[in-house]
Amino acid sequence: MVTTLLISVTIVTSLAVFLALLMVIADATIANYGEVDISINDGSRQYTVRGGKPLLKTLGEQEIFIPSACGGRGSCGLCKVQVVKGGGSILPTELPWLSEEEQQDNIRLSCQFKVKESLEIKIPEELFLVKAFETKVAQIRDLTHDIKEVTLQLVDPPEISAKAGQFIQFQVPEYELTDEEVYRAYSLSSAPSDSTKVELEIRLVPNGICTTYVHKYLKEGDTVMINGPYGDFYLRESDREAICVAGGSGMAPIKSILLDMKDKGISRKTRYFFGARSAGDLFLIDEMRELEKTLPDFTFIPALSEPQPEDDWDGDTGLITDVLDRKLENIQEAEAYLCGSPGMIDACVKVLKDKGIPDERIFYDKFA
Amino acid sequence: MENSMIPVAVFFAAVFTNNILLTNYLGMCSFLSVSKDLKASYGLGIAVTFVMATTSAINWAVYTFLLEPFNLEYLRFIVFIMVIAAFVQLVEMVIERVSESLYAALGIFLPLITVNCAILGVSLFMVIRDYDLITSFFFGLGSGLGWFLAILSMAGILQKLKKARIPRGLEGPGITLIITGIMAMAFMGFSGILTIG
Repeated sequence: MVTTLLISVTIVTSLAVFLALLMVIADATIANYGEVDISINDGSRQYTVRGGKPLLKTLGEQEIFIPSACGGRGSCGLCKVQVVKGGGSILPTELPWLSEEEQQDNIRLSCQFKVKESLEIKIPEELFLVKAFETKVAQIRDLTHDIKEVTLQLVDPPEISAKAGQFIQFQVPEYELTDEEVYRAYSLSSAPSDSTKVELEIRLVPNGICTTYVHKYLKEGDTVMINGPYGDFYLRESDREAICVAGGSGMAPIKSILLDMKDKGISRKTRYFFGARSAGDLFLIDEMRELEKTLPDFTFIPALSEPQPEDDWDGDTGLITDVLDRKLENIQEAEAYLCGSPGMIDACVKVLKDKGIPDERIFYDKFA
Repeated sequence: MENSMIPVAVFFAAVFTNNILLTNYLGMCSFLSVSKDLKASYGLGIAVTFVMATTSAINWAVYTFLLEPFNLEYLRFIVFIMVIAAFVQLVEMVIERVSESLYAALGIFLPLITVNCAILGVSLFMVIRDYDLITSFFFGLGSGLGWFLAILSMAGILQKLKKARIPRGLEGPGITLIITGIMAMAFMGFSGILTIG
């Protein structure tokens, strides 16, 4: 009896060891791509790295952070990088995210293809401003029943240089809902002049990994790792009228842009449409009314789609698209800045285009 | 039947009369999720065929030379899974190294099928039915091609259905399962031509 037991254990263990050994050897020989060179932006930066890992991860190890909202699973399509030389052809897992022009320019999803040979790539210069920051939670406050405002005090490095409207990535440690670190993107709602802290507005999404963590576990005084800033959603320099549209926590980047206008003394005509369901979903109204007084030509237009009797609402009602349709006339020369859910943005972009704003002057930040 | 003909008969039976997906309903998870796309179905079909044919031969050898002599047949589930997982991983690494176009067409599907129950199913059927090495290989190959045939037909049908109006409650896996059932009935037309097992 004991011998049979021993024999079976030995056989299975040795088989497992044999297979494991095979894998280790294969990993060191077949999957070993040795050291390769990565040259960035025509050789302005050179790195020698070990091959075999996805480009996104390889660059991350060199402290170059390519924006990625999904954390490398190939489901957000943000981590695009232009590959000038090397890297082979585009993989089927990248195709859904790349337009035909991008494919022609050999734009790749850096989380999907592995570094196997020396590469020449192009990365926008501002990404080198991207750093990893250690921060401390200075304050958490409720904005509505499901949106929290989180203020992070930067510790190391102590300052961030962001443009109003850009976003950072928030690192969620291992906890109940995730067995590995994950990153989620959030827009800054603080003014860029406030460079020693970062303010985020985070709405609770049922079962959302990061939002649950922030709403249930995060406490004042906790340490949080972030990296950034990222994104090309920021106020363009011009004298055109700015039409801002947001819903829910889409408030964040618009607030940052408005505060920035105040700091810089920008006096262009600005209208801000904010859509919510009922009065309970409205927040920072006092701050916005205050901005109406300090900014020379700014109007804040909140609109409720389903005002409740107890709200006693005398402002605009209806879906934000209907409100835009009603209120906006002769805006062909304006610029538009939108932030919110993909459905809301797509609907609003359509209205704005019908009103004559061309594509290249409509800027938006979609929650992926 | 002549002994030399058995592998051939088993091969055709595995494709048509005893199709692993349509008669045993094995390998449904990847079948349901990937059949939406014709090109991906094609890649996955080839990958499944290749892995089934090779792992059934390897598992036959492991079973005959390692498990049977020591009366460890009851460990075949865990041992087969281990062998399949390691083999698939190894093949993926090799393909990635050797040919990029092959990796793009086939390699990226390999991790998807490590845990495909149809592949374990083939190895277990081969033991139950007492096949020899050659027959096992052809059984694996036939089952793989049968699965390939089923997913490719399904992808083709779903392509056509994209433009059809399907009741909302039946969209996605619902209509796919119903069509699979109808296909299974259609394949029953082959029964009686060949028998295995």
